Amino acid sequence: MNLKIALVGNPNCGKTTMFNALTGSSQYVGNWPGVTVEKKSGKLKGHNDVEIIDLPGIYSLSPYTLEEVVSRNYLLNEKPDVMINIVDSSNIERNLYLTTQLLETGIPMILALNMTDIVKKRGDLINIKALAKRLGCEVMETSAVKSEGCAELAEKAITLGKSRQKSKPLPIFSTDITKTLGQIESIIKTKSTTEHPDFYAIKLFERDEKAIEQLNLSDTVMAEITALTVSCEEAMDDDSESIVTSERYQTIGRIVSDTIKKKASTGMTPSDKIDRIVTNRFLALPIFAAIMFLMYFVSVTTVGAWVTDWTNDVLFGEIIPPAVEALLVSWGTAEWLNSLILDGIIGGVGAVLGFVPQMFVLFLFLAILEDCGYMARVAFIMDRVFRKFGLSGKSFIPLLIGTGCSVPGIMASRTIENERDRKMTIMTTSFIPCSAKLPVIALIAGALFPGSVWVAPSAYFIGVAAIIVSGIILKKTRGFSGDPAPFIMELPAYHVPGAKGVLIHMWERGKSFIKKAGTVIFVASITIWFLSSFNFALEMVDTNESILAALGMIIAPVFIPLGFGTWEATVATITGLIAKETVVSTFGVLFGFAEVAEDGAELWPQLQMAFTQMAAFSFLVFNLLCAPCFAAIGAIHREMGSAKWTLIAVGYQTAFAYTIALIIYQLGLFFTGGGFGIGTAAAILMIAALLYLLFRKPVSKTKQKQLIPVKEI
Amino acid sequence: MKTLKAVKCGESTKVVKLHGDGPIRRRIMDMGITKGVDVFVRKVAPLGDPIEITVLGYELSIRKADAELIEVF
Repeated sequence: MNLKIALVGNPNCGKTTMFNALTGSSQYVGNWPGVTVEKKSGKLKGHNDVEIIDLPGIYSLSPYTLEEVVSRNYLLNEKPDVMINIVDSSNIERNLYLTTQLLETGIPMILALNMTDIVKKRGDLINIKALAKRLGCEVMETSAVKSEGCAELAEKAITLGKSRQKSKPLPIFSTDITKTLGQIESIIKTKSTTEHPDFYAIKLFERDEKAIEQLNLSDTVMAEITALTVSCEEAMDDDSESIVTSERYQTIGRIVSDTIKKKASTGMTPSDKIDRIVTNRFLALPIFAAIMFLMYFVSVTTVGAWVTDWTNDVLFGEIIPPAVEALLVSWGTAEWLNSLILDGIIGGVGAVLGFVPQMFVLFLFLAILEDCGYMARVAFIMDRVFRKFGLSGKSFIPLLIGTGCSVPGIMASRTIENERDRKMTIMTTSFIPCSAKLPVIALIAGALFPGSVWVAPSAYFIGVAAIIVSGIILKKTRGFSGDPAPFIMELPAYHVPGAKGVLIHMWERGKSFIKKAGTVIFVASITIWFLSSFNFALEMVDTNESILAALGMIIAPVFIPLGFGTWEATVATITGLIAKETVVSTFGVLFGFAEVAEDGAELWPQLQMAFTQMAAFSFLVFNLLCAPCFAAIGAIHREMGSAKWTLIAVGYQTAFAYTIALIIYQLGLFFTGGGFGIGTAAAILMIAALLYLLFRKPVSKTKQKQLIPVKEI
Repeated sequence: MKTLKAVKCGESTKVVKLHGDGPIRRRIMDMGITKGVDVFVRKVAPLGDPIEITVLGYELSIRKADAELIEVF
């Protein structure tokens, strides 16, 4: 027989640790709400016929957040045989709130009291027998971190699942409400076939839209239920949601005071003391800046950069390619195959894999910050700044890391639990000039703006402005519209991060990127290699005679309004998709240099001939803002988890880059005496459009049809 | 009407009623901020918003705009 056991609990209650302990798998665990967005499943260790499902952490079975809806639909529709409700005993009142709702589903349930060591340390005493009696379900003490009690818990859950003993709702509600709920329940029982009448009675009473949808009762029946609800609300002088929530918490308060002996509070816990310093009014920002600097310094400029430089220059520069080349030559393989393997595969994928060590260092830091509880404080400290333009306080970290490399930056956005904020951060992170864009900036600044000090800083300024403008524009579009996400966030207690958890986390994130490099980036690199190495007769040629050059000539007119409609500039831009610094080397190849310095000093004279200052600046801006390199696109795809959203992100970035570059070039031309032309008009129109998008009213979300009139309170 | 937003740092208060509607209001209630519950305002973020409160023995961060929906004594 196949048995399904669902793990349900609040965010940050030790659910994923429990999942790992039960399945022996290595899911990542963070000390911070919202790590599990999708449900995960695994086989119970030693029992191939028992499946464990890790549901997203939720505070309630309300219908408002994605996590809640996912968990709820799973419980009601997929019918697990047993639920294990994991309760953080150091925060028992709020955790039991979900418990009261779970009991109403009727699914057999066992309660795992987790983190009891913290409670014991505090000196509180939990009477487990009494608690079990009051809750009407089995209660077991566990420590997921130390894997204590987990095996027994699983055994008991299996026994319970086989016995199919249904859970019973707690007697929470006062007489009048119980009566109303009973009436609603009897209506549900006659009019629908649901297996969860207790649950739905309360949900209909609360006017839960998802529940109304699922039961799909006729209008007359709904009107009857509404009438019952309204008369009860009038009698209680409160709305139904408030009544239900308050009574739940009151019941929990009684249970807790009867079953738990709390030691009189002894002042500040160690966590309080840390927090007092770390989020102190005056010290918080300096400490935050110091931590961020340290993280950036170590992972991007020192350790990470050394390892990455070594990987790029030595491992994928001096060791692997010559070795492979020697091997291929000794085998006598065809020249095109050598080129495919060396330039296409090793060159392309190697350039991307070079970032892996840097990412591992960074992920190690992020894992420590998350696990110890500081990440939630980052959001607390920075929220005010980023909320203004539709991002989250946690967006700061991806953006900061993005100055080193967009890839880990984009992947760092995973710490943002709100989906909308996360998507927006992913879309804007690569606007910040990463280290690979620096050679491009150096090339343009050196060739066309010699001695100028403003070009390089302006790249950062434009990046930051692009993020702010995009934040405001995107926030007002349909895809991102709707009520602002409530920023009501638990600040978990600090604790020393566990080495195992941190390493698992680092490895999981790094691994997923390497996998991506092996697929999307691999294919993309081969494609660009093919286009730049062959002509239409499929003969191997230099880049300037290749298909890519021919395509460049076709596409080039697109860039005429931007001032750089030459095929060389077009091809350089396209090859920038492999890695942004490739823009420089492509110019080198196209202008006939075999080897160029990092800032392309040899190319300066040619570039001065090919570009005007305005066109060069426009080229720079376009290359800074447009679609990032394949590695970053791969990261976007990894984090968005959808091809559609990846296209939207890259499309938006490119369109935005085009608009800004056009405005800069055309207005520059106009103000330097180029006269008023179609281009100027287009630029003015685009500015008008941008201003409209910036200042218009946000698109309002289409209101869901409300079946039950909401009572005014 | 006094709201949680007006409560000073280091002061305790009791919730009277919740205003507003939809997901935010429900979220506030789900987190344990219901009628009659004691709330302690621990601190204000360094940039002035959000605030950190203690409710039911745990720490919660809430924006001032949302705190305005919580009527207190």
